[in-house]
Amino acid sequence: MIRDFGLQEFWFLITATRWTLVLTIAASILGGILGLIVALARVSVFPWLRATAAAYITVVQGIPALILLFLSYYGLSKAGYDLSPIVAASISLSIYASGYLGDIWRGAIQSVPLQQWEASTSLALTRGQQYRHIILPQSIRIALPPTVGFLVQLVKNTSVVSIVGVVELARSGQLINNATFQPFRVFIVVATIYFAICYPLSVASKHFEVKFNAYRAS
Amino acid sequence: MFDLQFAPVIASLPALLQGLWLTVKLSFIAIVCGASLGLIVAMLRSMAPPKLRWPANIYVELIRNTPFLVQLYIIFFGLPSFGVKVTAVEAGLLAMTINLGAYSTEIFRAGIDSIHRSQIEAAQALALTPLQIFRHIVLKPAVQKVWPSLVSQFVLIMLTSSVCSFISVEELSGAANTIQSATFRSFETYIIAGLMYLALAIVLKVGLFAAGSYIFGRRTRKPLLPASAMTSPILKDAQS
Repeated sequence: MIRDFGLQEFWFLITATRWTLVLTIAASILGGILGLIVALARVSVFPWLRATAAAYITVVQGIPALILLFLSYYGLSKAGYDLSPIVAASISLSIYASGYLGDIWRGAIQSVPLQQWEASTSLALTRGQQYRHIILPQSIRIALPPTVGFLVQLVKNTSVVSIVGVVELARSGQLINNATFQPFRVFIVVATIYFAICYPLSVASKHFEVKFNAYRAS
Repeated sequence: MFDLQFAPVIASLPALLQGLWLTVKLSFIAIVCGASLGLIVAMLRSMAPPKLRWPANIYVELIRNTPFLVQLYIIFFGLPSFGVKVTAVEAGLLAMTINLGAYSTEIFRAGIDSIHRSQIEAAQALALTPLQIFRHIVLKPAVQKVWPSLVSQFVLIMLTSSVCSFISVEELSGAANTIQSATFRSFETYIIAGLMYLALAIVLKVGLFAAGSYIFGRRTRKPLLPASAMTSPILKDAQS
């Protein structure tokens, strides 16, 4: 029997949205930690560490999120870890996020004027203290708009993990479509839910950008 | 721990290369069409009075805030319910073009907005036609300014083409899916496919940056004096 797209189906999509949010949050936390390590390595005083981080960023940004997903999904199972799809998906999205966040934050760290480094060195601050008290507080302000903007990309890219069987928003839309045969209506609703998550983030990103530019101009 | 066997994947390399070739074709067409679409929308938007800019803004925001996969599904599964039949490749191309169109509209808009009003006024004072003004005073400097962002976006749309494998387009990811299910060497297959994407991304980036510096030239001003004057030893000293 072909079902109609009703309230029950709509509710199914809404409940599946929580997995989209779980994946986004997991990937932004784990990817954020990894990304910070990559960013710090990218501006390290050791040339080999800088080169390694640069290579990592190039590789992650040069491979589609889909292939990263397959690589971690099959690679981890080959290594003997039998992970559930949601864990494998979180790991691959974290790697994806770390490549982009690492690059964004590298730019933010490097855009702090060199004099700030020199001044804090002359005050005999250790490198850790320099980062903590001088460099990072300033770079966070610069990094905030592009970071929030990247979260939009992350939310959208969680849709590709539907292929390994995680029933998040895109996959649940497909399941509903298979039951109702009303593809246009179903996917417009799915797109609307994604939009409802992403648009506020986009607006926030733009807001931070304007605010930061106003700060700079004054 | 790892027991990697690349031999079965190497054996099916021709199929993978065929997929790579389709990825290249899809990306090329989508970049040409998408960038043109973006340029046209950005142009129309910049010429329209502020009150009539909302259609372009809505297009940009709607596309930029929804996943490519859902856009692809709407086109591939949704259009047939309106009687429009599209093949998987056509749907993929259409989705990529519309997607890139929105992103490049935003990039071109930033470039066009960065051109100062006085530049256009100066061009009008020199009696340039509106078309000449747009081409030489607005377009070229605008595109030059946003070229790096544009190149990143082109690379991103090439990577995004992998999602077309969801609707059974046999591009690089689709070919890799087929091969891994036949050989059971999934990890090895995706390593090779990943390396191919990486190579393509690097070639695209380097090539487009080279093209950019060829088209726009280096960002140096021409000397104010004619070249012949520069040979005079006195002027040379004065210059240095």
